[in-house]
Amino acid sequence: MRMITVAGPPSSGKTSVILKLAQLLDGQVGVVKFDCLTSFDRERYDEAGIPVFVGYSGKFCPDHFFVNNIEGAVQWGIRRGFDTLITESAGLCNRCSPHIKGILSVCVVDALSGIHTPRKIGPMLKMADVAVITKGDIVSQAEREVFAWGVRQANSKAQILFVNGITGQGAFMLAKKAAQAREITTLTDNTLRFTTPAAACAYCTGETRIGEAYQMGMMRKLEYD
Amino acid sequence: MDFDRLIEKRSIAQLMEEFPISGDFFRNANIPLTDTHKTLQEVLSTLDDEWFYEFGQNRFEVHNQLVDFLQDMTASENAQAIKSLTVIGGKNKRGEDENARFTLMPGDVVSVVGPTGSGKSRLLADIECLAQGDTPTRRHILVDGQPVTDDVRFALGGKLVAQLSQNMNFVMDLTVQEFLEMHAGSLGAGQGPLPMAGVVNACFEKANSLAGEKFTPGTKVTMLSGGQSRALMIADCAYMSQSPIVLIDEIENAGVDRRKAIDLLARREKIVLISTHDPLLALGATHRIVIKHGGIYRVLTTSPEEKSSMKELERVDAMLADARRKLRSGERIASL
Repeated sequence: MRMITVAGPPSSGKTSVILKLAQLLDGQVGVVKFDCLTSFDRERYDEAGIPVFVGYSGKFCPDHFFVNNIEGAVQWGIRRGFDTLITESAGLCNRCSPHIKGILSVCVVDALSGIHTPRKIGPMLKMADVAVITKGDIVSQAEREVFAWGVRQANSKAQILFVNGITGQGAFMLAKKAAQAREITTLTDNTLRFTTPAAACAYCTGETRIGEAYQMGMMRKLEYD
Repeated sequence: MDFDRLIEKRSIAQLMEEFPISGDFFRNANIPLTDTHKTLQEVLSTLDDEWFYEFGQNRFEVHNQLVDFLQDMTASENAQAIKSLTVIGGKNKRGEDENARFTLMPGDVVSVVGPTGSGKSRLLADIECLAQGDTPTRRHILVDGQPVTDDVRFALGGKLVAQLSQNMNFVMDLTVQEFLEMHAGSLGAGQGPLPMAGVVNACFEKANSLAGEKFTPGTKVTMLSGGQSRALMIADCAYMSQSPIVLIDEIENAGVDRRKAIDLLARREKIVLISTHDPLLALGATHRIVIKHGGIYRVLTTSPEEKSSMKELERVDAMLADARRKLRSGERIASL
């Protein structure tokens, strides 16, 4: 089974891009959607006839949740007989790094999201193989070029593709990349491209009170001047 | 350029002096810029592992990342200078052969006509991705008479074709001046020998000459009228965009001199494709590609009769423009 990880900020167009991509890929495509609290994408995948499994991270760090459940996703995909498994996850804190060494990694960013956005997104974009820019059809050519330049500043090695999530224009080249994705049977002993965000403190375990007395564990304190 | 050695030897201040873009790298990477008289290596050695971990960096890779960054950001974009583009027909939606082959050169203006949904966008998409018989239409697009490899297609991704359509808007909260400087800066102007002011001024003045109503460099791009926006986008495509091909999708006549605009793009050695239903625009092109049933139905050269009938169309167009002007200025329309 080929595997692709797709990540990107919320509402950047990941689902639309995946749907257009799936139409162009040979064989059965399945999707695992990692979300936090709610997801409205199941219906869209159902409508397109694409098998989808939705998992909610709830109170856990979405990135840790992703790593803890990714091998399960692979085994689910293999059991279901998919030719391609695509994981979709939203990077909610910009420090997410859901990409795995050797696995085709796509980051979706939205041309409307502001010129500094590519530089604010961390490992999710910096470590991606392909940066897909969406919503480019409604901004000027100049802004598309400046935005692509911003992406290149963040990750000069990534292939930059403009994909229109509505018409599918540009998805063809993404499908060409996807068709070259590596075949895998397991991800056990593979490694993430970058460490996940960390915390192991009182607030991780449900503490809600504010104040020095309640702060325990691994944390970072600012030194205000 | 040997950036590897340069970064080793020069202080951060010297690097930023010579390559202002390197400042972007330091800011992107959150590298403290308090001791700029030190080299990058010296600054990095003052940071502890925790710092690298927190900001998603790796101590040993920062140097190489800066080398890559500078190489990439200062690379000349001349690779995109293409001499010709050849379209070889494939099959239409009914599976019939298109029997088409034509070559476009810089300065050519070609219109693409056909009913809505006939496949005009498909042709433009094939050109954009440099189809090699692998898209649903099975068309082949040759660059300088040669097929292109997938590597080249990816490398050219997004850089080959500049697009302009009625649906596009400016979204950045910048003045015209700031906007043009930002775009020029992203193309390397202001780094080394490329002057910034020249290209920005040329672009601004041309945009104003295309726009029906004038605007100042201090106007916010988001406040420009439809016509002014279009004019600025066209001038920007002509003077700044490095893409050798410009696709124009049905731009409206209001507030921008379209024919002058297309003329400008052609004179700037662009290959111009205009998807349009407007007779004046279609006949203003040297050739027109007619699309039907998802395929190229025929490729027509604008005939001398068509050229002369343009005079009549221009008269009607001028009449309409005059009526529009009168309406806007509160005059009455006399019987025609």
